[in-house]
Amino acid sequence: MNEKSLNELNAGQTARVKKLLLTGSMRRRLQDIGLIEGTEVECLQKSPGGDPVAYLIRGAVIALRSEDSSKVLVI
Amino acid sequence: MGLTKNSTGLNAVDTGLDLKKFLPEDKVIALAGNPNVGKSTVFNNLTGLNQHTGNWPGKTVASAQGVCRHNGKNFILVDLPGTYSLMPHSAEEEVARDFMCFGSPDAAIVVCDATCLERNLNLVLQALEITPNVVVCVNLLDEAKRKNIHIDLDMLSLRLGVPVIGTIARKKGSLNRLMQAVDTLIEKGGNGKPYQVKYDEHIEEAVGLLAPLIEGKFGSKINPRWLALRLLEDDRALSEPLSKFLEVDVFEDREIMQQLNLAWQRLEQGGITKENLRDRIVCALVLTAEKICKGVITYDKNTYNSRDRKIDKLLTSKSTGFPIMILMLMVVFWITISGANYPSQALASLLFWGQDRLTDLFKYLGAPEWLHGAVVLGVYRVMAWVVSVMLPPMAIFFPMFTLLEDLGYLPRVAFNLDKYFKKCSACGKQALTMAMGFGCNAAGIVGCRIIDSPRERLIAILTNNFVPCNGRFPTLIAILTMFFVGTAAGLFQSALSAVLLTLVIILGVVMTFAVSKILSLTILKGVPSSFALELPPYRKPQIGKVIVRSIFDRTLFVLGRAVVVAAPAGLVIWLMANITVGDYTLLAHCSNVLDPFGRLLGMDGVILLAFILGFPANEIVIPIIIMSYMATGTLVELEDLSSLRQLLADNGWTWITAVSTMLFSLFHWPCSTTCLTIRKETGSLKWTAISMAVPTLVGLVVCFIFANIARLFL
Repeated sequence: MNEKSLNELNAGQTARVKKLLLTGSMRRRLQDIGLIEGTEVECLQKSPGGDPVAYLIRGAVIALRSEDSSKVLVI
Repeated sequence: MGLTKNSTGLNAVDTGLDLKKFLPEDKVIALAGNPNVGKSTVFNNLTGLNQHTGNWPGKTVASAQGVCRHNGKNFILVDLPGTYSLMPHSAEEEVARDFMCFGSPDAAIVVCDATCLERNLNLVLQALEITPNVVVCVNLLDEAKRKNIHIDLDMLSLRLGVPVIGTIARKKGSLNRLMQAVDTLIEKGGNGKPYQVKYDEHIEEAVGLLAPLIEGKFGSKINPRWLALRLLEDDRALSEPLSKFLEVDVFEDREIMQQLNLAWQRLEQGGITKENLRDRIVCALVLTAEKICKGVITYDKNTYNSRDRKIDKLLTSKSTGFPIMILMLMVVFWITISGANYPSQALASLLFWGQDRLTDLFKYLGAPEWLHGAVVLGVYRVMAWVVSVMLPPMAIFFPMFTLLEDLGYLPRVAFNLDKYFKKCSACGKQALTMAMGFGCNAAGIVGCRIIDSPRERLIAILTNNFVPCNGRFPTLIAILTMFFVGTAAGLFQSALSAVLLTLVIILGVVMTFAVSKILSLTILKGVPSSFALELPPYRKPQIGKVIVRSIFDRTLFVLGRAVVVAAPAGLVIWLMANITVGDYTLLAHCSNVLDPFGRLLGMDGVILLAFILGFPANEIVIPIIIMSYMATGTLVELEDLSSLRQLLADNGWTWITAVSTMLFSLFHWPCSTTCLTIRKETGSLKWTAISMAVPTLVGLVVCFIFANIARLFL
């Protein structure tokens, strides 16, 4: 069982969401765009500064900051 | 929304949604959908209005309405801001939710992006919980075809229980079928079985406890299932608009609260707290969307978005991202400057020829000197300047910027810059609002609605003025050309202008970061908030259409502004220059008073007065300066920039004056329209005052330091 957080993925890697540790409106916002338990996520591209990072979530490309992606557990 | 005649300048100030029906039997149709699905294109093409359609999430931030005639009937379309959900997280999402739920539309069209249908379906399912009269519009079918994504529209319609129409919004034919479906739906009603999302048994039980009671009290005014779910979620933010709509405070109703508490108890027994209730509801929506799409959408997972990925690698990678951004900026400016040269000269010649003809006319009619002065030398001359100098650059810059927006490039800029915004405790989306500010600062302020955190939104609002709007561009370009580049038109000259202008803009951007940081440490303390930015697929812009529409739009805008603002300003200046009090004209009095202060800052009294009188609109600052100098000196034929330069030099301008004026133009109080917009958006006089003070303070400090240090070395 390789449990890690979303921000540990490198470009090109894919994983499934295990658990969302975020709370409040950010949690809901991510759920609204489809990031729920079991969703497959692909890490696409880091920005020039290294953060934020673009992820492929249910067909859309969403950029997330590491503060938030570190709170998404994936396997 | 975006940067059009209807959304910049005074039209940027949001006066709220005021639904206007022509006839009582007109039908109101809400136009909802995720951000960036082409909703505004659908709206434009159905109503014939010109609402700009850019390619980045958050473009439409206010509601707009228009009329579409179909089958001899009027349909009032209301274009809502794009939202991912009807459970709102931001001001613009609230606007959409409020209209869908409480605006009582006769039907709703939910526009979906065919290349991202599953995610879009979330909103459709939520819409179906509010009203059965929904038509699903699957847009961007041509993009889907290009990516080899195939959608079975009939199967989707069968599963959802509502009409599903595929469209290519740019092509009006497909939109006719859409309106036909809407018309039929309203006239004949649907087949009666729109899909309702099923939640797990405990939640359904809880809903069952509340829904009948709600139905009994409010009948068909509101969907009982929907309200039951929102009550269970204990969404207190909903309370106000809900109470207004139902004319009753639901949370105060004894019977309802009793049932609600019972329902909560039952949920707890089933292991569901209020917190994870929301989780389960959203999960059910997402998974239902996934289930419905299985078999409806067919595509090749590995190749469908490979082109977009390749382009993104180029535009956002470590080595090429920033250089391309800066290069892009420089190229845009270079095209603007070199392209505007000839048209400006041509316009100037034409309009000043016109001035001579007018003078002849006045002489022929034997009109008094003062009338000729006021109308021709005052009003006409300022208008002529504004049109000939402001129009060509604007007419070139806007279309280019619009093309970049339509492509989808701007979110990538926000993506690249977010890290630095985060360091200043601001939000990367501020880059987008700054981009809008390039066009018009007032529009940029309204654009700040896309920033969720109120603190970060305020920072974006307070610093938006550091980005020079199109009214200030020509001022900067004119000064750069006159003093630093030379007025000869050549490749080297225009390239140098572009580079220098880019440097000035970069200075503005750096100041934005610095001031954002300072604000975060002082009056707007706080921590960086959460941030999720969608990078939309690249879309080919309709180049011809954008260019033509933008040029036309800009021309009307500039001419309109010239009449409304520049003309009266010209009159005022002429009056001030010709009414003598004591030994001096009013103009001389004012500029003399301001002179010592102006000189401290590297400028003079006339320039400072011009900035003050330029409060209504930035583009009249240089005309006021010209007029003031000409009023106090000998009359000079002003045909082009080199004679203007002579005029300025005769009045004491050095390169220090030029730079100080440019710096002050970059860093001074926002124009009246922007101030009005800030007042409306923040609802606070205090913040409006601060928004005027911050750039002014920066300007005073920067000019003072620069002018005095530069003088030391001269």
